[in-house]
Amino acid sequence: MTEKYYLGIDIGSSSSKAVIIDGDAKIVGEKIINLGTGSRGPAEVILGAFEQAGITEVSKTVATGYGRIQFKDADKQMTEISCHAKGVKHLVPTAQTVIDIGGQDAKVIRIAPDGKVDNFVMNDKCAAGTGRFLEVMARVLDVKISELSDLAEKGQSGVTISSTCTVFAESETISQLSGGSKIEDIALGSHKSIAEKIVGLAGRVGLVDDIVMSGGVALNASVVKAVEEATGHKIIRVPDPQGAGALGAALYARDLDK
Amino acid sequence: MEANMTSKEMLNSLLAAHYENAEKAHEEGKLVAWCTSISPQELLETMGIYAVYPENHAAAIGARKQAPDFINYSESNGYSVDLCSYARVNLAYMDILQSEAGNIPKPDLIWCCSNICNTVLKWYEDIAKELDIPMIVFDTPFNHSYEVTDQNVQYIKGQLLEAIDKLEEITGKKFDYDKFHEIMDISRETSIWWKKASLTARAKPSPLDGFELFNYMATIVCMRGTKEGRDLYKLWYEELTEKAEKGLGPWKANKETGIIPEEKYRVMWDGIACWPYLGVTYKTLKKYGINMVTSTYPDSWYIVYETGDLDGMAKCYSSNYVNRSLDFGINNVVNIVNDFSLDGIVFHSNRSCKLMDFRQFEVQRQVEARTGVPSIIFDGDQTDPRAFNEAQFETRVQALVEMMEARKGK
Ligand code: SF4
Repeated sequence: MTEKYYLGIDIGSSSSKAVIIDGDAKIVGEKIINLGTGSRGPAEVILGAFEQAGITEVSKTVATGYGRIQFKDADKQMTEISCHAKGVKHLVPTAQTVIDIGGQDAKVIRIAPDGKVDNFVMNDKCAAGTGRFLEVMARVLDVKISELSDLAEKGQSGVTISSTCTVFAESETISQLSGGSKIEDIALGSHKSIAEKIVGLAGRVGLVDDIVMSGGVALNASVVKAVEEATGHKIIRVPDPQGAGALGAALYARDLDK
Repeated sequence: MEANMTSKEMLNSLLAAHYENAEKAHEEGKLVAWCTSISPQELLETMGIYAVYPENHAAAIGARKQAPDFINYSESNGYSVDLCSYARVNLAYMDILQSEAGNIPKPDLIWCCSNICNTVLKWYEDIAKELDIPMIVFDTPFNHSYEVTDQNVQYIKGQLLEAIDKLEEITGKKFDYDKFHEIMDISRETSIWWKKASLTARAKPSPLDGFELFNYMATIVCMRGTKEGRDLYKLWYEELTEKAEKGLGPWKANKETGIIPEEKYRVMWDGIACWPYLGVTYKTLKKYGINMVTSTYPDSWYIVYETGDLDGMAKCYSSNYVNRSLDFGINNVVNIVNDFSLDGIVFHSNRSCKLMDFRQFEVQRQVEARTGVPSIIFDGDQTDPRAFNEAQFETRVQALVEMMEARKGK
């Protein structure tokens, strides 16, 4: 009998991720590209994941993320909410709560023991507290988004970015800069601002340990720390925060075969 | 009305007549009142004053996707985007007086009841001032106690009596109490048939496609005190009951495949419809087999009191759920969940309606704790199309399906 494989593809607003697993849920191929829905990103990550896995065919595919509806080759489309929960639960079996901050939304998800979603809250259609907010910050501070974390580690508390609107926060930052605030401190302030937003969301579903953070923004260690401080809970950063949704999708694809 | 009409045909013809007759009344020199949606129309009907409803009219403009023209007009006139979009549409309409969704003539009188919100007080006052016409207000204080207090009942009753005096003054006619009682009879019966029709959705599957509530509500607002309105809801009830007896669900067979879509999940819709996206929201829910079987609308126009009982009348107009305490609001939704065997709830967080949004998170939290039924909140607006996003709506709906599935253990 030939081995069966399962593909999960997570097509976000600013990146695409593909994960292929085998029948034992072992990852055999994975690819992430910073190009989202409507671009060549989805096709490329699939190709990349297949190459890495050294296979040409999968048994089932589940698509998730903002671009899932447009992606026609899936056996099933599922929300990123369910897929992140599933992926995180697989990687961190003790997880009860997921904080997932992606490019255009932020969510707090409570997971049932079987890895399914028990409840969730999501930010409203506002970029506050999302990856997009950090992108804007990085641009104003003239640094790469990947540099924000190290920068903030050197920062001192004190600068607050209080606007919830990303456009307002941008002008607030510009006036902080012209007022002589240091970019390290502003970077830290912007991370704290994300953390505050998460506290507001989390209050509605409750935070139950273990709390795991996933999504692209979890790559930023300073944000994770700010969330820890703001919530007073220990936060576990999921290994491979960007791929957790795609992994969850692949696991759901495997479930389809059961 | 012609015999053999379906209730749908009747609805459409009544609505068309409602707008035509308003124009006619105006041309014939009859008085026209602009009224809030849940106001004591019985008094106007008795006096032969033609009642039209700006909220309803704004909703119709929204459903026709014509709201941006009016909203932009109002905003460039200086009204804030934070103002209720019904108000922004109507305050523009007051100047433009022309829409594709039918027209309402300029008012001679403003008839405003605060049981739905406080926005209407200032919005209607604005119209009255600008057009220099009389405004009659029914101030219905928020009910912090669980039941409407006797003090509130007396206060509102006093206003009803005063309104009668004012109407006599404005029209120069005596108030006809026999006619008043007749209108009370009709209004009560209309309310009862409306509610009975909506209750047919308790059957599984529901014979009622809940989005029909959004269509049929137009006449419960505009024609509650008319015999035609009453007959419409009675007929609708009969049609739905017949469907239920045959075991028929909400939807017809797909024209191409011949397959009848199955009602897989039953949800309630909290808040006002997203009129510009009525089709989108409907299709998205239906795609996942979700029937919105009920909402808070059926009870909003269940205004039932004994003929001649002004205390009862006062109490009814104070009893609208948004004018009641948090505990009442929660119990109300919990009862709906149980009564209609719901699988989930869709909460519309409506940018326009601060009052409805105000306690939504808490209602959601407590209803979920008490019923175990999952729910989602989506952002939208009843008439301003800029405040809604289709993809975000669908993500939340699909997440609701995933939660409902998980809880049903399907
Ligand atoms: S939508 Fe809300 S704010 Fe606007 S009139 Fe209705 S109740 Fe008032």
